[in-house]
Amino acid sequence: MNAEVRAIKTSAEQALTSAYEAARASLPGKGAVAALREEAFKRFDAKGLPHRRVEEWKYTDLRALMRDALPLAVPPDAAAKAKAKDAGKIFAALNCRRLLFVDGAFVPEASDLTPEPGLTIGSMADALAKNDALVAAHVGKVFETGDSAVALNTSLMSDGAVIHVAAGTVLERPIHLVFASSETPSAAFIRSLIVVEKDAQAIIAESHESNVSQINCALEMVIGDGAQVDYYKATQTRGLHVASLLLTVGAKAAFNTFALNSDASLVRNQSFVRFAGEGSNGGLRGVNLLRGKEHVDTTMLIEHAAGHCASREQFKSVLDGQSHNVFQGKIVVKPHAQKTDTKMMTRALLLSDEAEADNKPELEIFADDVVCGHGATAGALDPNLKFYLMSRGIDDKQAEALLIQAFIGETVEEISHEGFREAIMRAALEWLETRG
Amino acid sequence: MSLLEIKNLHVEVEDKKILNGLNLTIEKGQVAAIMGPNGSGKSTLSYVLAGKDAYNITEGDILLDGESILELAPDERAAKGVFLAFQYPVEVPGVATMTFLRTALNAQRKLRGEGEYSTPDFIKLVRETSAKLGVSQEHLRRAVNVGFSGGEKKRNEILQMAILQPRLAILDETDSGLDIDALKTVSEGVNRLRSPERSMIVITHYQRLLNYIVPDVVHVMSKGRVVKSGGKELALELEAKGYAQYTDEAA
Repeated sequence: MNAEVRAIKTSAEQALTSAYEAARASLPGKGAVAALREEAFKRFDAKGLPHRRVEEWKYTDLRALMRDALPLAVPPDAAAKAKAKDAGKIFAALNCRRLLFVDGAFVPEASDLTPEPGLTIGSMADALAKNDALVAAHVGKVFETGDSAVALNTSLMSDGAVIHVAAGTVLERPIHLVFASSETPSAAFIRSLIVVEKDAQAIIAESHESNVSQINCALEMVIGDGAQVDYYKATQTRGLHVASLLLTVGAKAAFNTFALNSDASLVRNQSFVRFAGEGSNGGLRGVNLLRGKEHVDTTMLIEHAAGHCASREQFKSVLDGQSHNVFQGKIVVKPHAQKTDTKMMTRALLLSDEAEADNKPELEIFADDVVCGHGATAGALDPNLKFYLMSRGIDDKQAEALLIQAFIGETVEEISHEGFREAIMRAALEWLETRG
Repeated sequence: MSLLEIKNLHVEVEDKKILNGLNLTIEKGQVAAIMGPNGSGKSTLSYVLAGKDAYNITEGDILLDGESILELAPDERAAKGVFLAFQYPVEVPGVATMTFLRTALNAQRKLRGEGEYSTPDFIKLVRETSAKLGVSQEHLRRAVNVGFSGGEKKRNEILQMAILQPRLAILDETDSGLDIDALKTVSEGVNRLRSPERSMIVITHYQRLLNYIVPDVVHVMSKGRVVKSGGKELALELEAKGYAQYTDEAA
């Protein structure tokens, strides 16, 4: 027994414990999977929900924010599936292979499962139940972390996508994982696994829309040597959304991730990234558009475990109302990871006196031949720029919109895929147009 | 009716008095030079006319076509034909020059109840105007003023003026930072825009610019008011004798 004094469990923690105990027998997967769940649950049980005294969660006190745990999601009915038909509008124009999930459950009949050489798609529920080899090899192993939100996800993971892209395969179309929700508020624990083998190329997009549900999703991704992956995540959720990306990158690989949060009430996007092979390049970028009392937390741990890799992190947030944006970026360069080249930049644009932006870049460097830089700024729109635009006849709101567009444009323009770049910019412009 | 009448204008910035009972009238089609030593309030006058906030107008009025514009926002003044060519044009990263020009032109036209320019008509207008001013297509593609030299920025101001076709153009130290060739190009651009329907206020510290943009009248400012007015020969006199006599006079 640990001597550490544990606070009394909150009602949400108690409800999660009961939910796990009640569901344990019926959750997919026996044997090794059940053991994985059990072990993860013990970790969660010991730590409880992450709270402000956990450094990584300092600004997003889940224990305080999560008053109650909603009941676990049940499989969606026909009405819920029908309602989800038009979900994922943000990437609809992109001719993606669309895979639909409602309240976390895979809906194969509304998904595009047209065969494609080198591509295997399945549901996580099936894969766990069968103790699928790919799942056995990777789930819970891609990036081991003590994070208790991830532990909770592992305990209760029910469904998600399992995608395998065979070596050398270049996917014809982007894959769009569409996460929609039914009218019934529930808690969903979504777990996905994407393995992109050596020299393969894939574009993966994820869109999340929900009502007041509680979503805890985790994506484990393995990028093989020489592989190239673009990953986009758009979150427009009304409830609680906690997302974890656990990523391992091989040698001479390339990846770019882009996260857009707009009209999202309460989001925690956390990434755990390991450069495990030499000579890889990675970019993590994102734009957060917040208003009202929205809260978006972007936290990342980038581990350079192999040398000669470059990473770029660039995040912009625009804050109106009483919103709160958090950015915490930690870059760790291991002792032998020489010639690491990283640059992290985070900028917040405050449109209101009551908005709050917290920026916390961190570097932990154990190698001596590296180039690592970071910067963080927070400020209001420049009144001189606004006056210049207005003096030419552009009104107050339009002048602000142009300047905000310019501010986020710098990051959005880093997206090399024209379709995704335009889709994300369009969503940002829609947000700007609905600004009061 | 005069186009612009400034009556007994008193302006403070952070409790410091800058304009001190300034009176000035600009007739339709007139080109008026405003000269004066540093700190006489020339740039403040230009900002106040364009509607920049942070200036506290404690007394007086500014009338355009006989109506007060003090309560109008900068964009509303622009739609009424007021244009300020900035002494230090700001860089606007991320906003392409073409987008900026088009947004501005259409916003003004909309406020005036006029139709928007079609894309081909707009592109034609910008092409022709920029060619005359020696502004390259490359500059039009870039973000507004970003990476432009001092001269290029000033040229971009005149380009905007040529496209927006104001009725009252205020040129604030348009000559500062220009070499002789750039000064000629910019002046030619300004002179092409002279018309009986357009008035200009040319603010300058030196007489040099007035060799190229010849004014109808010259006003001398000192300590926040106009202390002397005369013909273009007044500028030459100032060049020869300096501002000392006026600063003493106003003291």
